[in-house]
Amino acid sequence: MAGIKAKAKLKGDAVKVKALMKHPMESGLRKDKKGNRIPAHHITEVTIKAGGETLMTADYGPAVSKNPYISMVVSGPSKGDKLVIAWLDNTGKSASTEVVVK
Amino acid sequence: METINTTRRTLLKGTALASVLGITGIVDLLTISQAHAAWPKTAFKSESMSDVMKELFSEDLTPTESADIILKAPDIAENGAVVPIGVKSSIPGVTRVVILVEQNPSPLTASFNLGKGARADVSTRIKMGKTSDVIALVEANGKVYAARKNVKVTIGGCGG
Repeated sequence: MAGIKAKAKLKGDAVKVKALMKHPMESGLRKDKKGNRIPAHHITEVTIKAGGETLMTADYGPAVSKNPYISMVVSGPSKGDKLVIAWLDNTGKSASTEVVVK
Repeated sequence: METINTTRRTLLKGTALASVLGITGIVDLLTISQAHAAWPKTAFKSESMSDVMKELFSEDLTPTESADIILKAPDIAENGAVVPIGVKSSIPGVTRVVILVEQNPSPLTASFNLGKGARADVSTRIKMGKTSDVIALVEANGKVYAARKNVKVTIGGCGG
């Protein structure tokens, strides 16, 4: 699935994971030109996993910027390990990507 | 017409996908919807700081200000739609990092639940409607610590 750009790099004894997700992150507070409220459409949850183990679950509200960015630092994974980064939005849509630790 | 067609296509795709994935697909979907239910909706909708605290920590507690939390945020945000925020802490045993914006319509912005091996070192980009204090909460061993920083916003990021 498209929509997530991710990188994971081993630095010293920890891995820095960075991801950029493509999403409008509509807050539900904005109005269009006709004055109608634009319905909320935003990511609610971002999960980062390694081999079935959850490294982090981030709960995102509508106040996270459009095309959200996330970064974390984790010790455990080593070079060549696969991480899975996934998001889920308030309409039930989801996307995920795999990234190999470099 | 356009809308109907798109819906129909999505439906067809969905059905095809479900039949390919079979039982596993259904189980996956269930897991996803269950995870979704865990999203703290009330906390994200709360409009006052004390309500957010009550929702997140089941009481309106006053967090201990801590110098061991580094809250990275700009002094002035030229564009309130994209404000980079980073939270780092040397406090041991951190399980959760929360980012709040006091003056936003709903203060709770993001909550990072740290899993195995995850360090208290996260960052994201947030929207700010106007100049406000940004507060980072760090939960460790049942205690809540905080750090705050005022960020001046030149152009708000929530208006239409």
